[in-house]
Amino acid sequence: MSESFEPVIIGFTCNWCSYRAADLAGTARVKYPPNIRLIRLMCSGRLDPTFVFKALAGGADGVMITGCHPGECHYIEQNYKALRRYLLLRRTLEGMGIERERVKLVWASAAEGVKLAEEITKFVEEIRVLGPLNWPKWPQPNGHHIEEKAKVEEVPA
Amino acid sequence: MAPDTNPEKEKIGVYVCHCGTNIAGIVDVEDVATWAGEELKDRGVVVARDYKFMCSSLGQELIENDIQELGLTRVVVAACSPHLHEQTFRNASAKGGLNPYLCELVSIREQVSWVHTDKKAATLKSKAIVSGGVERVIHHEPLEPLHVPIHPASLVVGGGIAGIQSALELADAGYPVYLVEREPSIGGHMAQFDKTFPTLDCSACILTPKMVSVGSHPNITMLTWSEVERVDGYVGNFTVTIRKKARYVNEELCTGCGICQEKCPKKIIDTVYEAGLGYRKAIYTPFPQAVPKYPVLDRPNCTYFQKGTCKACEKFCPTGAIDFTQEDELITVQVGNVILATGYDLFDARRVSQYGYGRLANVFTSLEFERLSNAAGPTNGNIVLRDGVTVPKSVGIIHCVGSRDRNFNNYCSVICCMQGLKFAHLVHERTGATVYNFYIDMRTAYKSYDEFYQRVLEEGTLFVRGKVAEVTDAARLPGEEGKLIIQVEDTLVGKQRRIPVDMVVLSSGLEPRHDAKDVAHLFGISCSSDGWLIEKHPKLDPVATMTEGIFIAGCVQGPKDIPTSVSQGAAASARILGRIQQGEIALEPVRASVDEAKCSGCRICNDLCPFSAILFHEDRMVSEINPALCQGCGTCVAACPAGAISGTGFSNEQILSQIEGLLMLNLEHPLVAELA
Repeated sequence: MSESFEPVIIGFTCNWCSYRAADLAGTARVKYPPNIRLIRLMCSGRLDPTFVFKALAGGADGVMITGCHPGECHYIEQNYKALRRYLLLRRTLEGMGIERERVKLVWASAAEGVKLAEEITKFVEEIRVLGPLNWPKWPQPNGHHIEEKAKVEEVPA
Repeated sequence: MAPDTNPEKEKIGVYVCHCGTNIAGIVDVEDVATWAGEELKDRGVVVARDYKFMCSSLGQELIENDIQELGLTRVVVAACSPHLHEQTFRNASAKGGLNPYLCELVSIREQVSWVHTDKKAATLKSKAIVSGGVERVIHHEPLEPLHVPIHPASLVVGGGIAGIQSALELADAGYPVYLVEREPSIGGHMAQFDKTFPTLDCSACILTPKMVSVGSHPNITMLTWSEVERVDGYVGNFTVTIRKKARYVNEELCTGCGICQEKCPKKIIDTVYEAGLGYRKAIYTPFPQAVPKYPVLDRPNCTYFQKGTCKACEKFCPTGAIDFTQEDELITVQVGNVILATGYDLFDARRVSQYGYGRLANVFTSLEFERLSNAAGPTNGNIVLRDGVTVPKSVGIIHCVGSRDRNFNNYCSVICCMQGLKFAHLVHERTGATVYNFYIDMRTAYKSYDEFYQRVLEEGTLFVRGKVAEVTDAARLPGEEGKLIIQVEDTLVGKQRRIPVDMVVLSSGLEPRHDAKDVAHLFGISCSSDGWLIEKHPKLDPVATMTEGIFIAGCVQGPKDIPTSVSQGAAASARILGRIQQGEIALEPVRASVDEAKCSGCRICNDLCPFSAILFHEDRMVSEINPALCQGCGTCVAACPAGAISGTGFSNEQILSQIEGLLMLNLEHPLVAELA
């Protein structure tokens, strides 16, 4: 790894608002750091907390969940369910020894390309400050996980 | 490294688009394609190509040929947003003989090349995105689009010129239309105008015939003095609840003779139709040509309702049509599609306090001036000062009030330049006064508009280029007493000027309706940051919205003039007519379903569905999803603790694999080393 740590972030977007905000940011050539990789869901309500665990376990340093503003959900109220899960998820993560700031929920409407870009930029910096995600070294059933992380740690930070 | 999740050994083709230099300028597309061909070989990639324009017919043929010659079973295209070209590549796959849903389009333009500047990082991210797409597509299933029948009736909300045009187009084609208008009459803002630019047609003369056609059309059910309360359902089959407010007039009996209006003793300032310059009665039709002809009794201002006595209207009504016991009625209608044409609000000129509207008597808004110049208006078309008699000798027209101004609205309101020119012409013609136009830039695009500008120039209207700083009545120089002084920097001369005039007209901009957000929410669509409703695509689909079956027309989408509003109204109707004639519409087959064998009957999903699509079978203790009601949000899929619910198009396997792919777990090279 070079001097500066480049976090990898997985972003979950809603098909109706934030994915379109990302499209809009593109069309308007708004710049943000390349650390985020987006996944399209039909709604933030589709976000299974497993997805977040999977991303963090697989090497992501942070996860951004985005959805429609409260009251503007394409499916009436499913973003509220995403909000409920998000709050619970952060507590669960903390219980597992992972900083709650590694997961962030952002509301971004289809018109808010600039806002989404700003939020991404901010989040990348926040994760950069937190540093790479180091999972606690508890035994893994397949052993494969620890080995992988060890490889990363060999590289001077 | 990743477990073998491709046991079937799908044959995947990867296609990376250059998009000219749009992608290739930042992303090393050739490298991405070569990399995918080599490194993702064990994931099933059998061919990876890059091409200048994948969406061109030659690009699509590449896919078709490979499917046929190499026997591809999956396709990944890395190009623009799926919202732009997903259908294109699905069609290409289908042409090659593959189920279209086995094709995945990943975005490396909107999400990479257009937003990043570091070529190395952008190329790496593109590889990750391609890898995510490959992992995802392995889990795609062949699907068939859902066919939804389209109810032949349509709802048009808003009876301005855009809504009128929409309703007429649909009705003339032979299909039923419900036209809902919240004011007592259809007509909208256009009914308030005197002349329309650039031809100076009399507004009423061209609008009234259309209003009459709407009123008498056998296919149009006109619901004025009504508002939409509730919208349920989805494209093809909306159930709309409309509140028909009590008119206190029996429409069956009323002949529209107008005697009730004559006899009503209560006079009220008409702030809607007459823009505060004229009066109406407590029982009224807003203007003589109103459609429908039935008056409305304004309950908060009615003497009988407030004091318990009067009933003059009832006494004099020759047909006994007045009914004080009438109540609001809730009407439920079934429609297949909706057009929103709810128009605009005029910018409140009071907000620009330095222009003195509301404080200085002879500062008028554009709508007030429209009423002043209207032959059917409060002054019978005489352009006079607020005292009602004095004819102004000089008039200043200020452009861009509330528009192109960071303090208020950044956007250009489009119509105000032409409106200002029209006012200048009318003042000239009717009073011979000296007219000044204060403008920032003259914007007279579109047919015959600039010719009109030339005409007004030749008529002798004076133009001062500069944003007016202040309108004041504080005289400082001789000749300013009793006048309104316009303080402005004439930017063409580079000098500050004080120009005394008798009358100031503010060419105010247009703003979204104060309740545009509520309307958007009601119909499940969204507003831009300015508050205008968002169209599906700003250039290629300006009348559709993100919600299937909801269309927009006229100023609700953004400021526009009458010809454009009419075009949009007609365009929205044309879109709907196409669907009605097809009889059905194909929708994305994104739906959830329950695997009964896995369902434990916990009922967690039951309460999560906002569409009540999940029903519980008490006998078998399992939940079932009604695919006709399911909208495919996937909330239940995410919530099911037994993993018994799966969502087509966005299954757990698809998303989890995409995460793996994005993080490139399937690669030998650790990501960090690549970035170093």
